[in-house]
Amino acid sequence: MKTTKKTSYKHFLIAYAVPIMFITLSIFTIPLSGFSPEYLIQEMIIRLARNSFLVLALLIPIIAGMGLNFGMVLGAMAGQIGLILITDWNIVGIPGMVLAMIISIPLSTFLGWIAGHILNRAKGREMVTSYILGFFVNGIYQFIVLYMMGKAIPIGNPALVLSRGYGIRNAINLEGIRQTLDNLILLKIGKVQIPVATFILISAFCLFIIWFRKTKLGQDMRAVGQDMEVAEAAGIPVNRTRIISMIISTVLAGFGQIIFLQNIGTLNTYNSHDQTGMYSIAALLIGGATVSHATIPNIFLGVVLFHLMFVTSPMAGKNLIGSAMLGEYFRLFISYGIIAISLVLYAWRRQKEKERARMDLRGNT
Amino acid sequence: MSWIQSFVKQAGLPRVIIGLFLLSLFVAAPFVGVSVTSSINDVLVRFGMNAVMVLAMVPMVQSGCGLNFGLPLGIIAGLLGATLSLELGVVGILGFFVAVGISIPFSIVFGYFYGQLLNRVKGDEMVIATYVGFSSVAFMNILWLVLPYRNPTMVWGFSGEGLRTTISVEGYWLSALNDFLSFQLGTHIKVPTGMFLFFAFLCFLIWAFFHTKTGTAMTAVGSNPEFARASGVNVDRSRTQSVILSTVLGGIGILVYEQSFGFIQLYNGPFYMAFPAVASILLGGASVHKATLLNVIIGTILFQGIVTMTPSVINSMIQTDMSEVIRIIATNGMILYALTRKSVVKS
Repeated sequence: MKTTKKTSYKHFLIAYAVPIMFITLSIFTIPLSGFSPEYLIQEMIIRLARNSFLVLALLIPIIAGMGLNFGMVLGAMAGQIGLILITDWNIVGIPGMVLAMIISIPLSTFLGWIAGHILNRAKGREMVTSYILGFFVNGIYQFIVLYMMGKAIPIGNPALVLSRGYGIRNAINLEGIRQTLDNLILLKIGKVQIPVATFILISAFCLFIIWFRKTKLGQDMRAVGQDMEVAEAAGIPVNRTRIISMIISTVLAGFGQIIFLQNIGTLNTYNSHDQTGMYSIAALLIGGATVSHATIPNIFLGVVLFHLMFVTSPMAGKNLIGSAMLGEYFRLFISYGIIAISLVLYAWRRQKEKERARMDLRGNT
Repeated sequence: MSWIQSFVKQAGLPRVIIGLFLLSLFVAAPFVGVSVTSSINDVLVRFGMNAVMVLAMVPMVQSGCGLNFGLPLGIIAGLLGATLSLELGVVGILGFFVAVGISIPFSIVFGYFYGQLLNRVKGDEMVIATYVGFSSVAFMNILWLVLPYRNPTMVWGFSGEGLRTTISVEGYWLSALNDFLSFQLGTHIKVPTGMFLFFAFLCFLIWAFFHTKTGTAMTAVGSNPEFARASGVNVDRSRTQSVILSTVLGGIGILVYEQSFGFIQLYNGPFYMAFPAVASILLGGASVHKATLLNVIIGTILFQGIVTMTPSVINSMIQTDMSEVIRIIATNGMILYALTRKSVVKS
């Protein structure tokens, strides 16, 4: 009896190790940073609105057993191409955003389809492959945006084009759509502003995912995620299901990037998408998700905890040691470190389970 | 015709295509105003600079730990060696070897823990290695800022503490290896003999190591861990040894690179250094499961040839600088190709 209680306690600690670590960290960094509670709450609400959708895009491949989709940057790039085009055509406000999303859909679908095919050829190595794929497509994106736009793809607005006559500038001002979605319905409670419309959109897609999990396709994905061979034997088209999950993820990532950038208001043509994948994945893992299991609460908890650390650590570093750069490096270290630790914990746990299963088989419990 | 077929089969179609592409670039070069001899010189120097880091892939691939995306860990050990040797102020070829000597113990310690970690995550080594590499680089960012280095050529002049992002090794051991026994070939080609000799020496050591009992055990672990265990090989220990070896080579690799390049790049410098090395060995015909010294040599020549020649020839052809984009596409395209190849060796 005593041992089972002890193991369940241990189990809880292991399962929630990462969120617990972050809550502990925040307990230290929040007072050290010296930020007021209102400021922090406002920041968290902004960041929830800004980032949740991107993290949402990661869920479906996890259900399909493809791990963390490091290739979500593909969708982010598709979204950015949509934004560049609508800025060029000078379509502003909500119609502009919607149009950017519409432009991103065929691009994302195509990229997701390719990604799905590639990952089907790299079963068991999906994560590292999708990661490299992100870099590879980044090269192609740079080729298109830096060399083709303004030459092969007409760009009318001279403010977008580099002085040499082609290629898009490093930073694009998204004045036309800046915070249009956030300000559509703005609720003020005290000093804190809540972008209701963005949250409505996010909840709509949460509902979509909940509904999707219950459809035939969603169930198929779960089956594929659990065991590909069994799923295949049960007549589920495994490869097709995996491709569809990648397409959905990529399209959602494209939308997510558009929502993210309408809040930021400036598009760093060659850098904005770089960090998207890493920050979203770090946030999801900090929320307690693993490579094989993620829920919607993980997303929101993760975004809040990750960004709490993100906002407070530079100031905490500055107040503690007198160097803001240190805090900057610290949060970079945490972002990468947390992905590393979560991946290690997951792989380690899986190996332990395998060993335990083998022991059980030997009848030696 | 049959010898062509057998040659293509033996060398692998991608290598033949890339080799021919490289050859055509050399043929096209004079017509667009690019000097062939200075290009050859560039390729030779870049080969020497990068070859040891590519060699660092071999032990881990051989022991079944996959491609060493955690190369930045070894690079960090090398950087510690480099900065400490500058701090001590040893110059010339001795300074270089002092740097190597200091880097090795660091590499062994890092490699040991890294190996222990990888033993617990079998099957997921590559993605974890990538992130171990990244997080160690990010962690070292903090340390570079706070470690008490004093040499004024290395620390920020303004505050007197914290290392600079790039540190020149001029006056210490710039070209220490390159200039050793180097000789001029024509007007443009200067052969960096010392660097090649050093690389050849390391290759010999690795070759000899894989013929010892420990080395053979390592290869056995890589090709079939169950079988290796059944025949009494300690699988985990073999894997750890291979990781240590890879890390040590990574540390030496970056030092060879720096003495030729002339600068120590700290902070985010080592972030993406694993990728060209990984791409090179794959280009040389290695797979995720098997790598030979020949793969290292051929791969480095081809990869460095492509990244040297493509930009210069294409730039002169269309008057645009596309080198960065070409490098990104070539590097990652190659890795992607290798990862998606249906693996023949399956345990």
